[in-house]
Amino acid sequence: MQVLPLSEAIATHVHDGQNIALEGFTHLIPFAAAHEIIRQGRRNLHLIRMTPDLIYDQLIGMGCAQRLTFSWGGNPGVGSLHRLRDAVEREWPRPLALSEFTHAEMAVAYQAGASGLPCGLVRQYAPTDLAGVAALGVKTLRCPFTGDALAAVPAINPDLTILHAQQIDAAGNVLIRGIVGAVKEAAMAARRVLVTVEEQVEELGADTNALVLPALVITAASIVPGGAHPSYAHGYYARDNAFYLAWDEIARRRDTFTAWMERHVLGVRDHAALLRALGVAG
Amino acid sequence: MSTEPYSRDEIMTVTAARQLRNGAVCFVGIGLPSAACNLARLTHAPDLVLIYESGTVGTRPVVLPLSIGDGELAETATCVVPLPEIFAHYLQGGRVDVGFLGAAQIDRFGNLNTTVIGDYAHPRVRLPGAGGAPEIATYAREVLIVMKQSPRSFVARLDFRTSCGYLDGAGARENSRCPGAGPRAVITDFGVLRPHRQTRELELAALYPGVSVEAARAATGWALALADDLEQLPPPTPAELAVLRDLHARTRSAHAGRVHIKLPVAT
Repeated sequence: MQVLPLSEAIATHVHDGQNIALEGFTHLIPFAAAHEIIRQGRRNLHLIRMTPDLIYDQLIGMGCAQRLTFSWGGNPGVGSLHRLRDAVEREWPRPLALSEFTHAEMAVAYQAGASGLPCGLVRQYAPTDLAGVAALGVKTLRCPFTGDALAAVPAINPDLTILHAQQIDAAGNVLIRGIVGAVKEAAMAARRVLVTVEEQVEELGADTNALVLPALVITAASIVPGGAHPSYAHGYYARDNAFYLAWDEIARRRDTFTAWMERHVLGVRDHAALLRALGVAG
Repeated sequence: MSTEPYSRDEIMTVTAARQLRNGAVCFVGIGLPSAACNLARLTHAPDLVLIYESGTVGTRPVVLPLSIGDGELAETATCVVPLPEIFAHYLQGGRVDVGFLGAAQIDRFGNLNTTVIGDYAHPRVRLPGAGGAPEIATYAREVLIVMKQSPRSFVARLDFRTSCGYLDGAGARENSRCPGAGPRAVITDFGVLRPHRQTRELELAALYPGVSVEAARAATGWALALADDLEQLPPPTPAELAVLRDLHARTRSAHAGRVHIKLPVAT
């Protein structure tokens, strides 16, 4: 486990054409890492994430992605992800292939990947058109004990999973508190794990059953305070709901989106500069 | 009874809230379902157990969350569990009484589309997709659907069937082995639709004050049948309106609030 500046961590571990999961369910979304990927101009990424959220809207709109594996692609509580829609409906800025699942399917796909299994299982539900979409890759499996029809979902094993977390200790163990989504599964399923954290501490002081990713599963870490903004870090800062509401207008048009990204992501040195420019950090 | 003015959104939210019995375990979606569930919790159903798919169980938010995973939900929850457990242990495990869903399109048997308008490969409108809806529709003991009624959303034929209601009608859902009973009611901005006992086709079962059968039919993309005992729904009470408006006012103010992040001096 190495602690690196974020630009170096991304340069070392993110490569064109990778299968890459930037996870965090609404909470602890690694925005700073995504912005650095955009700055470094990575291309043809297969982006994996349950809820693409603004983070993948930005990566897709900036032309970094060629495929998206996901289970719900909206701006939560607000509406559409306009850049995702533009890529699917009008192939702008480039075509985007979709692999689409339900939340439950994607959760077991990560669990299977984390467990060294070829597939995860859910009970097979009633006939819907999801079953007929070839890209889904969900197949029926008969239970050898009961004969019940089960749905087998192929395991997800990202080349790299990137997470944001609250703390890392001197030994490289990482503490995650609050809504945890499927971050543990996405980390354990990945060949490499990169984390950004709010702060480094001597000791985590975590409860016995707290979610700690031990140093042995972490490949590299970067200290990036505010690295989840406009998502949030429980115990540090709240979700910037006003920004999520404002994003609807920013991302609705190609020119306003591009101008925003050029000014706030390409045009700044790092995440701290972005937070200062937005007036979020002073 | 008071005739305090109210909006269609308000009577829709109040009517949805009244469907929830105290003590039920409710799987909540964002938006109007979340408003309805919290209104119910703050009025007639204080022991309603709210579960959001982000993993928060027994949450009692003071303001409505904008997203399914706002910190407010975690801070006021009985417990926060990993997302795979919400679907495996709570939903598939059969612990959810009521699921609340919305959609872009619904058909006469309560099947829902949240995936695409147009062809899947070349959609006219790419919608957010499945999320947790297919499993909620399958496993919750019963489902409530909340949608504004229009010929574009209440359609004769779905562009894509994402989540199941009663499938193709009489007996189809039972044959499909779905553990849950299916949609109990569809709460719209005109009134309430309920499935016919045998055919499972949605019928107009109740109307809000001042809304006509003709208006409800004109807002439906199929020939909407009337239930035998068409009911007139009461308006929201002043108490319900007061609680709901307080909740929305608190929420608006919270969502407009500025976030401040303290950066270490060195950066």
